[in-house]
Amino acid sequence: MIELRQVHKVFNRGKANQVNAVNGVNLSIVEKEFLVIVGSNGSGKTTLLNLVAGSILPSSGHISINETGVTKLPEFKRSEWIARVFQNPLSGTAPDLSIIDNFRLAAIRTQPKGLTIGVNPKFKSQVKDKIASLGMGLENKTEQLMGTLSGGQRQALTLLMSVMDNCKVLLLDEPTAALDPRSAEIVMKTAERLIDEFELTAILVTHNLKDAFTYGNRIIQMAEGKIIKDFDGKEKSALKQNDLFDWFA
Amino acid sequence: MDFYLATLIQGLCFSAIALGIYISMKIFNIPDITTDGSYTLGGVIAAKLLMAHQPVYIVLPAVIAAGAAAGALTGFIHTKLKINALLAGILVMYALYSVNLTIMGRSNIPLINVSTLFSLINFASDPNKNTFFVLIAFVAIIALLIGYLLKTDFGIAMRATGNSESMIRALGVNTDRMKIIGLALANALTALSGYLITQFQSFADINMGIGIVITGLGSVIIAEALVNWFRITSVWFTLTLVLSGAIIFQFVIAVTLSIGVSPTLLKLVTAVFVLLIVGLPRLSFKNSS
Repeated sequence: MIELRQVHKVFNRGKANQVNAVNGVNLSIVEKEFLVIVGSNGSGKTTLLNLVAGSILPSSGHISINETGVTKLPEFKRSEWIARVFQNPLSGTAPDLSIIDNFRLAAIRTQPKGLTIGVNPKFKSQVKDKIASLGMGLENKTEQLMGTLSGGQRQALTLLMSVMDNCKVLLLDEPTAALDPRSAEIVMKTAERLIDEFELTAILVTHNLKDAFTYGNRIIQMAEGKIIKDFDGKEKSALKQNDLFDWFA
Repeated sequence: MDFYLATLIQGLCFSAIALGIYISMKIFNIPDITTDGSYTLGGVIAAKLLMAHQPVYIVLPAVIAAGAAAGALTGFIHTKLKINALLAGILVMYALYSVNLTIMGRSNIPLINVSTLFSLINFASDPNKNTFFVLIAFVAIIALLIGYLLKTDFGIAMRATGNSESMIRALGVNTDRMKIIGLALANALTALSGYLITQFQSFADINMGIGIVITGLGSVIIAEALVNWFRITSVWFTLTLVLSGAIIFQFVIAVTLSIGVSPTLLKLVTAVFVLLIVGLPRLSFKNSS
């Protein structure tokens, strides 16, 4: 599903502050895999995610998604396959637009944004049903501005938005880092349910080792731009939570 | 001419520029100074074509296209050459001065014995009342078109571009293209104001656009104050308030002059007025918190 071959990303090349953020990574992620990436700050995991998303382009190497070469493809063109949830709840939604308008945009992620009015009664009731599945009581507030919601509510809605349109890959960039434990759990549970229900391939970058332990069917650890540990589903389920803590000792 | 009617007509002429500034400043979050140049450009092209006795179906599209081209150029410089939006606008505005002067061939074109948009249709026998009715219809059509546009899928993407760029890129929108289209639209509207004013005052002048951006800004800021005051989220209501903002702004200036303030001081008074509308709500917030 996602292939990275000999991918390098160098920031500030040739300067004193040169950083080899990603250093020759080879990674192959199969369909319906739920990959968890852990690693300390500066290990290159977020850069790796950004390379897959296309918000930064690699210095060298080759990336393909769904057997299509995307190495030089800008982010907005990769949206055909990829939906994304950001660390900052504010980044994934437009605060001054209503919930329904946010959902409308998400629903036409892979389609041209045309000159017809898409927010019609049918669409509204469809969105209401989806939002009701969160059990947060937001289904009757669809005309409310996104910016009036809490971080947890926005993050949960962002997740729902990502599966509004045809989606194959879900990128989760520390989605719960800014949330309280209760909201974080709702968001992660929702993510797991949607990944399962829509048979998505997912990548989760996290610092939360409990989440890393609980979710996903493959885990890798990164350090200094390289993958230093790689455990598949069977090996991952054999891991104990304390083993993960030892990785960072 | 009736004082209030004249002010009302001016306000309506400037409502297009208010809509333009609303799009560039409030929707796209871009301070666009191209306005001064594209406003004059609209007036100049209108005057030149009207003097050549061109019909409205030639003049109007020409004005819109010229304004859009100016805006698109600013957008292109800003997004593709990665130059600060303010500077991009200033550069285009500055260059447009020469363009306008070249088109005109002299610094002022009076419109004598030409049929304008306002003499095209007859709603009323009094020419000023007729102008007023034509303008009402004209502005209503523009507002309806813009309102519809903002409600469409494209319009939602437009509104999100200025609001959350990271989100909208992840949702498959080319934000550079969107900004260029937005600035083109904003400046096409601005040029429309130049087109209307030129016909209303019966001349185009190379200096007619100097400082005109403040008219648009003032109108939008009045509208914004009202939007925040009444917590309005509806697109239609917001647009109506922007139009009202343009008219209120003209009334404030007209009243200022009529109570005997010297026209020499007009720009100072206008600047202070705009400052007051922007500043007062913040001051009162500070006291209450």
